[in-house]
Amino acid sequence: MVIRKYGRETLIKFYREMKRVREFEEKACELFAQGMIEYNIHTCIGQEATAVGGCQALEKNDLIICTHRGHGQCLAKGGDPGIMMAELFGRETGYCRGRGGSMHIASIDVGILGANGIVGAGIPIAVGSALATNILKTTEITLAFFGDGASNTGEFHEALNMASAWNLPVVFFCENNKYAVSVDIERVSKVKDIAERAKAYDIPGVVVDGCDVLAVYETTKKAVERAREGLGPTLIEAKTYRYHGHFEGEPQVYRTEEEMSEWKKRDAIERLYKEIIEAGFASAEELADIDKEVKEEMEEAALFAQDSPWPAEDEAMRNVYSNDNERSVAR
Amino acid sequence: MRQLNYSKAITEALREEMRRDEKMIIMGEDMGVMGSVFGLTIGFMKEFGAHRVIDTPISENGFTSVAIGAAMRGLRPVVEIMYVDFAMACYDAIANQAAKVSYMSGGTLSVPMVIRTPAGAGRRSAGQHSQSLEAIFTHIPGLKVVAASTPYDAKGLLKSAIRDNDPVVFIEHKSLYFYDAKCDVPEEEYLIELGKADIKRAGDDVTIIAWSQEVIHALEAAAQLAEEGISAEVIDIRSLVPLDFDTIRNSIIKTRRAVVVHEAVKRGGYGGEIAAQISDELFDYLDAPVKRVAGSNVVIPYSPALEDKIIPQTGNIVATVRELLHGGKNAVFTNAV
Ligand SMILES: Cc1ncc(C[n+]2csc(CCOP(=O)(O)OP(=O)(O)O)c2C)c(N)n1
Ligand SMILES: [Mg+2]
Repeated sequence: MVIRKYGRETLIKFYREMKRVREFEEKACELFAQGMIEYNIHTCIGQEATAVGGCQALEKNDLIICTHRGHGQCLAKGGDPGIMMAELFGRETGYCRGRGGSMHIASIDVGILGANGIVGAGIPIAVGSALATNILKTTEITLAFFGDGASNTGEFHEALNMASAWNLPVVFFCENNKYAVSVDIERVSKVKDIAERAKAYDIPGVVVDGCDVLAVYETTKKAVERAREGLGPTLIEAKTYRYHGHFEGEPQVYRTEEEMSEWKKRDAIERLYKEIIEAGFASAEELADIDKEVKEEMEEAALFAQDSPWPAEDEAMRNVYSNDNERSVAR
Repeated sequence: MRQLNYSKAITEALREEMRRDEKMIIMGEDMGVMGSVFGLTIGFMKEFGAHRVIDTPISENGFTSVAIGAAMRGLRPVVEIMYVDFAMACYDAIANQAAKVSYMSGGTLSVPMVIRTPAGAGRRSAGQHSQSLEAIFTHIPGLKVVAASTPYDAKGLLKSAIRDNDPVVFIEHKSLYFYDAKCDVPEEEYLIELGKADIKRAGDDVTIIAWSQEVIHALEAAAQLAEEGISAEVIDIRSLVPLDFDTIRNSIIKTRRAVVVHEAVKRGGYGGEIAAQISDELFDYLDAPVKRVAGSNVVIPYSPALEDKIIPQTGNIVATVRELLHGGKNAVFTNAV
């Protein structure tokens, strides 16, 4: 059993991190339903293992590019849930001072080079970051998260080609959750695995079970090491599933209850939970304590956001330009 | 008379034209199985088949160009770009391809297609899902640009746009989808010619020129101003290209004052174009400079605390008209927005 390779500490960490992602999202949904968050959110409930497995394979100074479904990615990279939640609330204390919101969390300190609302647009930006690593002769690698839907954009293909041609330290991480809003990937692509597309650019393409956090971690680790050694990019495709609608309240006419329950049987958190208990790494009580701590952490995050100040009205025009702003927005 | 809201009116226009013309197809993300993210084409795939209601991959530049090719072969594609912001991801298709075909083929080819696209702020969607980009399209010769404000107009104009032989960018303000007010929409077929403005409210003291959602703000402003004894005429231009300047001219000759209102960023906005044309042609009739009430030159902020402050509201229009009337030629204007 692969789990034996990992010590108790690592496994508990993975468990806790996945729980944090889920709990953050559950909390955000609750606050959205109460009208505390005005903008509709895209949650990654069901996809915790891709965010956590992917980010755990990275060093602190490595960089990620997130998607519109990026809360889990941010949190797993080391984002603070309170500051994230404040961003969702549009408060001054948020990562983008309330200017970006749920889809656009960026924090260079955490290694989040931005989250994109334009599907696919982040992929070549990650390539640019990797180009900078090479030119600046630094060591950090860049990982781009994107969805199955994004793999049909021109940017995806152009980015893979450039990264391959220039042998750049970038990891392309596709969270294939089967759908782009309502559109089943099988209806808009004949390739069985998105990872197959790597062949066109002569880079490794790997399919991984996106409900198995350890497998995701190992696969990403390999790709990261490869990139760090100067061997170029890898395309990872993690097969996963989102449990909620594309956004909260989205009617989900395109899928069935059966499909959902099949995927839920493979739930990454439950799976790791069972494995930890069965291997004797922790007791149910210990894991319940973690659950409780995580719940409290997210309660606190929500309170922090709620108690945070709104951006000041007269600051609406700041930062459009990084210098000479006042004159540049005036006329 | 029967009443419809904005999105139902658009749905009806699409359905009627699909039934009328087998050559019409609908393409875009989530248009088929889901019936579009805003629910405008629910049931269409069932009625017209997956070959005419096409769920595309997320390939805006690709599928818009595919639609252009199909249009050149005689189909009538209606493409949806889910948010006008994403039209920037297919600007080659729109600006370098669709807009150029008629002219560069010496008039031997044409692109009878419509690009429907929701636009506008107010929904806490931040900088990449909230823009008003109509001016960018008006800048490209070869494109017609329409932005209806009412259900009645939306239906009649969309049907005309679909039957038009040129590429038409048809802009729908997202907030109008969720706007409760319904209006009379006859069950009998009607068309509204592109390039005909509509006087939404008659008045004598000032002409307020607007389109899309700002027409609603302009009408609210006119109602408030009436209480102060100021009679404002509200012109909904409805189509930006072609522009019905006759209606604008006639109104300004009567009122001698003009305010142009749009949600889009002021700098480079279409209001500047209209203001310039008014100054060029009607300088002698004007009692005051042409004013613009428009969005601030800023990225649309996510925070609810900021978003409403940087897009024009009814109060901004009222304030500008007041200054225009009470200050006359020497008024000191504060920046409206
Ligand atoms: C260029 C562009 N086109 C369309 C959209 C609207 N949109 C937002 S998310 C999405 C689906 C994305 O699917 P996928 O890449 O699989 O990510 P997932 O939502 O499944 O995580 C679409 C079509 C967009 N944001 N940007
Ligand atoms: Mg997807």
